[in-house]
Amino acid sequence: MVLDILQVIFVQRALITGIAVAAICSVVGIFLVLRRQSLFGDALSHMAFGGIAVGFLGNVYPLWAAFAFSILGALGITKLRQSTRIPPDAAVAVLLSSGLALGVVLANLAGGPNVNLNSYLFGSILLVSNEEIMMIMLISVGVLAVIAALYRKLVYMTFDEEQAKVSGLQVSKLNYLFIIVASITVVASIRLVGILLISSLIVIPSISAMMIGKGFKKTMLIAVSISVFSVVTGIIVSYAADTAPGGTIVLVTIAVFLAILGWKSVRKARQKEALITRL
Amino acid sequence: MRVVSVDKVSYRYEHGMALDEISFSVDEGDLLGMIGPNGAGKTTLFNCMLGLLSDYQGTIEIFGEDIKKNRKVLKSIGYVPQKNSIDRGFPATVEEVVSLGITVDKPSRVKISSALETAGLVPEKDRRIGELSGGQQQRALIAKALVNDPRLLILDEPVTGIDLEMQNKFYSLVRNLNQEKKITIILSSHDLDAVNKLANKVACINRSMFFHGDAHHFFDDEELMKKYSESSMQSHMHLHQPGNNG
Repeated sequence: MVLDILQVIFVQRALITGIAVAAICSVVGIFLVLRRQSLFGDALSHMAFGGIAVGFLGNVYPLWAAFAFSILGALGITKLRQSTRIPPDAAVAVLLSSGLALGVVLANLAGGPNVNLNSYLFGSILLVSNEEIMMIMLISVGVLAVIAALYRKLVYMTFDEEQAKVSGLQVSKLNYLFIIVASITVVASIRLVGILLISSLIVIPSISAMMIGKGFKKTMLIAVSISVFSVVTGIIVSYAADTAPGGTIVLVTIAVFLAILGWKSVRKARQKEALITRL
Repeated sequence: MRVVSVDKVSYRYEHGMALDEISFSVDEGDLLGMIGPNGAGKTTLFNCMLGLLSDYQGTIEIFGEDIKKNRKVLKSIGYVPQKNSIDRGFPATVEEVVSLGITVDKPSRVKISSALETAGLVPEKDRRIGELSGGQQQRALIAKALVNDPRLLILDEPVTGIDLEMQNKFYSLVRNLNQEKKITIILSSHDLDAVNKLANKVACINRSMFFHGDAHHFFDDEELMKKYSESSMQSHMHLHQPGNNG
């Protein structure tokens, strides 16, 4: 049955796109989670929602407008955090609500209920076009290339910004660059799981991998594996069971997370038991 | 050879003066103990010396170079910050963290191994940094500073919150780096006993310079020690008055 599903052209297209998006979300996600910016992905996607509505209103391809809005919002919030004493979580809340409010108002102006926002809110990976596949593949290659080129610098900045500065790294510029990469990643992922579920694809594989990974690179590879496994399984299950692909993918990532959590708890209990027996 | 020359350095925060015309010098091979009460400006002074704060008045020269004019000289400094607990969930291994210290693009495995060995962390190299004890984490940060072959090491209250046994191991590593590896060291600490045992020079600051000179002059002079204790006590009381947050 699985082989039959894999023969379907639009499933193949969804899998290609999904695997690319899964890889960049988890790679960027590790840095976001460790930098205590887990909700930043959510805020960026809500900002993208504002951009999508502007796209509808201005008759521009919505995802291009989403890229512009998301990047500008991210840069704005980074500047706000660096130049004021607003706590980071409050800054994220400002970005999140601004994007959502703008999106709701502009979508209403653009045509109210006639504007089909559902595919952006909940994803529509099975309807992805050839042009979108090309765009997402190019973005994924670009994002992975930037992360690979800056890998050590990003890890250092994530480990300790002050020490990274002392070693000569231009931390402020690196911060801006990383946030732009994160914004692009989030918008590229909208077609896969939708605005409302993107942060789960960024956060859950990363925290799952961090529970079992030893070493930064290994943890990153585990996160990518969990993410890709969840996307592939989610797409196949959603096609077979006729469920929403975005939600199904996220439910698979949660299942993997719970399985790892359970395995860790059992292992810890056994180790404790063994220790007591030895005593 | 003169390694550090700090000349009339002043720094003001919004709430007041943090450093007032501080001057001191460190020569090659010195182990200078930087002492002073909480809020005395030790960390601010280090931040100026490390290029993290640049809007200070006065001049700071490292190896004869004004750090405002030639920031490259800062690469010859190894720095271990005041201990702040490392996130237990941070997935990098000790070896990966140590390799971050290398400023060139390709880390040298030989240098990493050598730094791990000096810090006594070879058996721990594959463990996650967050799993180590506080003392081991500080030794890992020293190893990270060592991979770049620093000529000057700045240690900012490195043993705060670490148990006595680990403190002794850490101090023995510091002594070894100074005496065997000939690295010039500036160590800030509240532990006067440790500074007395380790340092050949002392700089005692409390926003302005209180004493700078040979360690034995400071520790052998009862009058000076008494004045330092009084000054520390006054600072402590000032810091704990309502409205003062140091």
